[in-house]
Amino acid sequence: MPPPPIAIRVATEWLSARARWQPLEVVFWLVAFSAIWLLPERHLILTEIAWLGLFALSLDLILGYAGIISLGHAAFFGLGAYTAALLAKYGIVNEPVLAMVVAGLAAAALGFATSFLVLRGSDLTRLMVTLGVALVLRELANRYGWLTGGADGLQGVTIGPVLGMFRLDMFGHTGYVYCLTVLFILFLLARRLVNSPFGLSLMSVKGNPLRASAIGISVDARLVAIYTVAAGYAGIAGALLAQTTAFASLEVFSFDRSADLLLILIIGGTGYLYGGLIGAIVFKFMQDYLSQLTPQYWPFWIGLVLVVIVLVGRERISQWTGPFRRFAAHLSWRTLRRRLTVSPGEGH
Amino acid sequence: MAVALETVGLVKRFGALVASNNVSLQIAKGARHALIGPNGAGKTTLINLLTGVQKPTSGRILLDGDDISDKTTHERVHLGIVRTFQINQLFGDLTPLETVGLAVSERRGQGLDWWRVVGSRPDLISEVVEILDRFHLTDVIDKRTAVLPYGKQRLLEIAVAIACRPRVLLLDEPAAGVPEDERHEILAAVESLPKDVTVLLIEHDMDIVFSFADRISVLVNGALFVEGSPDEVARDARVKAVYLGEEVADA
Repeated sequence: MPPPPIAIRVATEWLSARARWQPLEVVFWLVAFSAIWLLPERHLILTEIAWLGLFALSLDLILGYAGIISLGHAAFFGLGAYTAALLAKYGIVNEPVLAMVVAGLAAAALGFATSFLVLRGSDLTRLMVTLGVALVLRELANRYGWLTGGADGLQGVTIGPVLGMFRLDMFGHTGYVYCLTVLFILFLLARRLVNSPFGLSLMSVKGNPLRASAIGISVDARLVAIYTVAAGYAGIAGALLAQTTAFASLEVFSFDRSADLLLILIIGGTGYLYGGLIGAIVFKFMQDYLSQLTPQYWPFWIGLVLVVIVLVGRERISQWTGPFRRFAAHLSWRTLRRRLTVSPGEGH
Repeated sequence: MAVALETVGLVKRFGALVASNNVSLQIAKGARHALIGPNGAGKTTLINLLTGVQKPTSGRILLDGDDISDKTTHERVHLGIVRTFQINQLFGDLTPLETVGLAVSERRGQGLDWWRVVGSRPDLISEVVEILDRFHLTDVIDKRTAVLPYGKQRLLEIAVAIACRPRVLLLDEPAAGVPEDERHEILAAVESLPKDVTVLLIEHDMDIVFSFADRISVLVNGALFVEGSPDEVARDARVKAVYLGEEVADA
């Protein structure tokens, strides 16, 4: 017997609730895009935030949605950066958008190839394997200096105009629009992906792989798929860095970069896509502010913030703010009750 | 007798321990077959072998006469071998709606859809709602599974399995740990399973076994000990000895 239409409608509402746009999300993107006109003098750092946010989003896809922890995500970022820089330097692909796509595909291919290494084992194994992959790539780039420029980095890269029309300027005006647009499009794609049946199955694999396979989900194939996609995202983020700075160096593969990325996700939170973006904003502005304050010792403060966040925990921070929120709720209740009790009397 | 599921000389060794010792079991189509035995008899190992969670040391598993020994867990699910777990294995952060929805969409081969938003297939939702209703989960359809009462979680265990549309359903102690007053709901759910589904029930509770099963296999020390109708098994002196012996040893 088919259920009544009302039950189906309610169920549909609930099922699609995750995918519905929240007002705050709209505000977030309006602010990001309005910065194109409102904050022209900050476009350089905003450009960095945009590609860093994309990079962190990519880690969130595997960590927040599939539960794969990585300390070597810079491997894909770095490959994307070098691919984009080399394509431009040797005039193979002069148009940045196309070069970026190629860089993303190259990184995705590497992600696919190395995904089989992260299928098995515990979190610790995964940390070590991903770390190892990034180290190997860094040393390969170092070893083949004739191609990559070795320790000096890849110099003399000239990036063509975006779409053949918009030249990347030294103030980051074009760069910010370019990076933000790419970030937004890829964000929409990721948002669609995590709210799809595929995305839900990823969450189930993260939640309980034993049960996931017991309802017919091929756990390994799902992990390979999302790892490949995330690697592609990271590669595109790397390409954006290389294109907006017209430079690529061994530092793109560095351990610090992968570690910072985890830190960014810890600041912003995982599993809701905005964590990486918010984390990137906080991290970059904090870094910017602190490095002006103490040019040499700013990592100290970043480290301290990390320790506090991890030790105290996000739940407890929200507990501390709980009384305030309850107070606010209480206030609104009181006003509501007063209005309810007063209004009948007003008739007399 | 048409055989739905068959094992041929199934052996599983863990080092020196023989958890399954040459088990050759035949489960008839549409049967209500119970598997009983004292603790450590190898019942759960047998389930793990049947579902592909563990690989047998030797022996074969046949589904409708086809050898499925080399299939992975999720492949076997698609072929129709579905299980429930003795200890709840659910998705704590997902709702019953999402959990059963996942199972249905996997069964239909739509689990890889990445462009479509969850909840955009009315026919799928209709089926999910119908299943949840059948298992009395309508009132908690939108709650996080982790916060559901234990009895509801046990019902969800069975509902998810049914959503996979099994040909052979392996029930691993469906009523384990359920409080007395919620028990009847689980038993009613088990009783009302579709008749065309072959059921292999693992259970400690003899009341459930004898009210439910039309055939009983007794497993002792990893080997098949006795098999027969409920009457035959109830009368069997050796079975009594095994169970009495255990109870004496437990006391």
